Amino acid sequence: MSPDFPPALLLRAARVHEVYGPGATSFAAIMAARSGGDILWISAAWQSGALHPPGLRGFLDPARLLLARTQSQTDSLAVAEEALRDGGPAFVVLEITRPLDLREGRRLQLAAKAGGATGLCLIPEGMGSNAAESRWHAAPVLDQGGGDSTLMRWEVTKNKSGTIGAWHVRWDEQARHLHVVSPAGERPGPAGLPG
Amino acid sequence: MWFPRLASDRALRACPVDGAFALVARQGNAERLYCVNEAAERAGLDRGMGLADARAFCPELISRPARPEQDARFLVALRRWALRWCPWVGLEGPDGLVLDITGAAHLWGGEAAMLADMRARMAAMGLSLRLGAGETRGAAWAYAHYGEGKQPLLALPVAALRLDAQTCTALERMGLRRIGDLAGAARAPLARRFGPGLLIRLDQALGRMPEPLAPAPEPVHYGVRLSLPEPIGLLGDVMAGTERLLGALCTKLRAQDSGARRLMLTLRRVDQGSQQVELRLAAPMRDAARILPLFERGLAEVDAGFGIDQIRLEATLVEPLATQQLGLGAAPQQGDRLSDLITRIGTRIGLENVLRFLPADSHIPERSFLIAPAAHSTPETGWHSTPPRPLRLFAPEPIAANGSAPPARFRWRRMILHTARATGPERIAPEWWLEDEGWRHGMRDYWRVETRQGRRLWLFHTPQNPGWFVQGEFA
Repeated sequence: MSPDFPPALLLRAARVHEVYGPGATSFAAIMAARSGGDILWISAAWQSGALHPPGLRGFLDPARLLLARTQSQTDSLAVAEEALRDGGPAFVVLEITRPLDLREGRRLQLAAKAGGATGLCLIPEGMGSNAAESRWHAAPVLDQGGGDSTLMRWEVTKNKSGTIGAWHVRWDEQARHLHVVSPAGERPGPAGLPG
Repeated sequence: MWFPRLASDRALRACPVDGAFALVARQGNAERLYCVNEAAERAGLDRGMGLADARAFCPELISRPARPEQDARFLVALRRWALRWCPWVGLEGPDGLVLDITGAAHLWGGEAAMLADMRARMAAMGLSLRLGAGETRGAAWAYAHYGEGKQPLLALPVAALRLDAQTCTALERMGLRRIGDLAGAARAPLARRFGPGLLIRLDQALGRMPEPLAPAPEPVHYGVRLSLPEPIGLLGDVMAGTERLLGALCTKLRAQDSGARRLMLTLRRVDQGSQQVELRLAAPMRDAARILPLFERGLAEVDAGFGIDQIRLEATLVEPLATQQLGLGAAPQQGDRLSDLITRIGTRIGLENVLRFLPADSHIPERSFLIAPAAHSTPETGWHSTPPRPLRLFAPEPIAANGSAPPARFRWRRMILHTARATGPERIAPEWWLEDEGWRHGMRDYWRVETRQGRRLWLFHTPQNPGWFVQGEFA
């Protein structure tokens, strides 16, 4: 748990959040690494582009990770609800492929509240659910100055219990530590352009 | 107790046949008779005879393939059943039982009455039986196999001593035809000529050397059942019945220091139909209070029909589970909690779909890890440190580019990307000792490409078979 992790970048515990964009996987991995407990990662069996554990090692120890492979989104939701309600894994990542309706989103939210685990849905763009606590857009950004090539832009586009904003962050793989590059709340120029 | 025709009797019990009958086993390249019934024996057939010869002798012969493993199971079942006569029953070879009736015969009204009872019951079961009662195990064997009349033991042929055919022939050539001849002969030359085995057999038969009878240990049966006077149908009632059964089963498991891994709950309905609920646990368990809630989901799907009047619970897979010291806090441990969750998830999506990553010893990216069911593996560390690897890996997607340096501009997934920086190459050669469809293009030069659009991709070039592919994404 990093001391300089700005409070605005913390996912509120015991709630379900959403993230989309090309950097969603590393966002999920960083947030999971921060949670400090066991992690359950739920995805549909037919989805391509599986997690690559050697790549995950830069974020967290793959031994902390449990995978659930489901046949359908209904199964995924049922597994996520079960896990959130149980609270055994501290962090539950759910990859969804079709939009959640309000009832499904609300059920997940209630389960997270009951079990105390934090949930994060990886959603395709534009498939957010109204029940989500916060919605993030994560995208990698070209690092002009060289550096360790982990610059990312995180933007919170919906937040039920706070303000929205955007941050440029950098992940230190050695220390497993998140550095915020730009001050919180300041909106930098369009991603990827110099200046 | 010797069953001279155990195999064919068993086959005929299952499906009776009139006339000559034989079981056939394949030995080497020839079909040979394995066991024949009485009618076939009268027709001149014998064990070990070729099937073609036997058909020539006896054209109406009916034959079936032999199943020795089923015969062995049948004999074990017979052994259990034979416990009705006395508590010490052991197996004797592939087709016999040995009973220690010392102290049990008087319960059946004497030895003769007991043997008559055995004969009658075995005959009723359709088994041909030869009985021999003797002072020692060896003597009983001799009487069962060779003692048709009421001859004394010493008058029986030497083969009755459980000797192999070669020794018997050698003894007969020496003129020692009866056990009596052997017992009277000098022991030292016999031991020199035939080794100690012969004298041991002789002493065992005559009672000079003890021969213990080892009854097979009774395998513990992890099954309990509950018959109900009135049929039940409510979920709560079925759960209450299951709870009672689980309590009994868990006591049994605790006594054996083991835990159930798979449980089968059979619910028999009034209309004789039965429904089964299978529960596969992520870890061996014998705590009734923890197992019971796991049954809820399965039981909710049961159709009770007109009611359930018998519940049967069996642990079909049992694993050793040592007793554990509990802390004073008595809080459920994190591992227990997680394995309960795995079980619950597993009942929904299948236990084999809850997985974890394990490290593997390979430098090929696709094979650098294993995916194993979480219920049957433990978390492992020991990942090799490698150059940076992508977070997501997919099947190689070809892109249009040439040359051995990464393209400055390429199309991938309908996006036009401009390379801003490329790190590499990292050359990975295929594992030639493993055939892999994906590595047909030969070795790969991996590049980490950062695009101006932000995406950080893992590209590779195959110099032996020029082409560029995208295989992963960092982020």
